[in-house]
Amino acid sequence: MINNLHSLLNTTGFAHLTPGMIVMWCIGLILIYLAIKKQYEPLLLLPIGFGILLVNLPLSGLMEPDVGLLWKFYHYGIHWEIIPPLIFLGIGAFTDFGPMLANPRLIFLGAGAQAGVYLTFFASHAMGYNIMEAATIGMIGGADGPTTIFIASKLAPQLLGACAVAAYSYMAMVPIIQPPIMRLMTTKAERKIRMAKPRPVSKREKLLFPIVSTFLIILLIPASAPLIAMLMLGNLFRESGVVERLKGAAQNELMNIVTIFLGLPIGATMHADIFLQPKVLFIFVLGLIAFILSTVTGLLLAKLMNLFSKEKINPLLGAAGVSAVPMAARVVHKVGIEADKRNYLIMYAMGPNVAGVIGTVIAAGIFITLLAP
Amino acid sequence: MANEVTAPLPGKIIRMDIETGTTIEQDTEIMVIEAMKMETIVYAPCDGVIEKVVKKVGDEVEEGDLIATVA
Repeated sequence: MINNLHSLLNTTGFAHLTPGMIVMWCIGLILIYLAIKKQYEPLLLLPIGFGILLVNLPLSGLMEPDVGLLWKFYHYGIHWEIIPPLIFLGIGAFTDFGPMLANPRLIFLGAGAQAGVYLTFFASHAMGYNIMEAATIGMIGGADGPTTIFIASKLAPQLLGACAVAAYSYMAMVPIIQPPIMRLMTTKAERKIRMAKPRPVSKREKLLFPIVSTFLIILLIPASAPLIAMLMLGNLFRESGVVERLKGAAQNELMNIVTIFLGLPIGATMHADIFLQPKVLFIFVLGLIAFILSTVTGLLLAKLMNLFSKEKINPLLGAAGVSAVPMAARVVHKVGIEADKRNYLIMYAMGPNVAGVIGTVIAAGIFITLLAP
Repeated sequence: MANEVTAPLPGKIIRMDIETGTTIEQDTEIMVIEAMKMETIVYAPCDGVIEKVVKKVGDEVEEGDLIATVA
C-alpha cells in the first residue's frame, strides 16, 4: 500500500522538483513581470518567461529530444536557422534605409559600434570561455536579438538562452544604460551640434540598395547570407512598392507568428541544470560590458570623425550604432533635446542605427566564417 | 527673423496649438510631431502672429515642409 502511494507520487512532478527549478520559476516570473508591468520587450520576454516556467516543470518532457513539443520548435525553428532569418525578413520590410543613404558617412558609426563586439570577444576568451562561446557573448554588444540567437545556435547552443535573454534585456534597457555614458563622453557643446539637412534620397537609390548590398555583402562574407538575404528581400518588398501584401505579411502576420515560436523555445533552453552555472550567469555581466563598450566606441568614433571633417557630426549619433532599432536612435534624440530643445536628431540617428543592423550581421558572418566547425 | 514655421523633422502632426491669429513667442511650444513612435515638441522659431496655417493635425510632413506663415 505504502509502496503504491510512493510510486503514485513518483509519477507526479512534485517528487522530482529541485531547488534550481524553483529558482528558475522565479526568473521566469520576473521576466513575465518585467514584460507586463514595465513593458520591457514584452513580445519576447513574455513567451521567454513562460518557456522558462515550462521547461522547469519536471517530467513534462517538453524539451525531450525528438518528442517534446518545445524541442521541436527549437530544433526546426532555431537549430535549423529558420526563425532568425524570417525575423530579418520582417525587419527588412520595416526598415527605411533612406536616412543612412542620405548621409552615407554615418555608416561608419554603425560599424564603429561593433568594436564592442570584438573587444568583448577577446575579453571573454581571455577569461576562459572557449572561442566559440566568446564570439557568441561578444555578439550581445551588437544589441541585436535575432543575430545573437543565430550565432549562438551555430557556435554555442548551450549558451543560447542566456545570451538571448541578456541581449533582449539590455535592448529593453537602452534608455537606461546609454544616456549616462552619452553624457559622460560628450560635452554639452558637442551635444548641441546641429546636423546639416541631409540630401534627398531618390526612389531609385532606395530600390537599388537592397539588390546591390545583397550582392556586395554576400560576395564578401558568404556566411552572412541567410540573414542578409532575408533582410534585403524584406527591404525589396518595401521599396518596390508593388507587393504591399507581402510587405505587410512580412512586417505583421509572419513576424508575429515567428515571434511566438522564437520566444517560447528560447525560454525552454533555460533549464536549471544548464542555466544556473557561474559560467552562464556571468554572461549577463559580459553582455552589459559589451553593450557599454559598443556605445563608447560609437561615441569615440564620431568624435574622431569630427577631427578630420569640416562638417561636424553630433557625436551622440555614435551611440545609435548599436542596432537596437529604433530605441537607440530615440535615445540619441532625447539626449540631444536635453542639450538643445530645438535639435531634432531622430532621423539622423536612424542612419547609424540601421547601418548597425547590417554591421552586426557582418560581424556575425565573420565570426561564423572563422570559427564554425 | 524667420517668418515661417517649418517641420524640423519628418513625421505626423498629432497636436497643433496654433491657428490664424495666434501670437507666438520664440521657443514656446506650438505643436507636436510624432516620428518613430515618439512625440517631439516643436517650438516657435520666432516671435510674431500666425498668418496662415497650411497643415493640420493628422497630416504627414517631411522635414522642411511649410506649416505656417508668421507675420
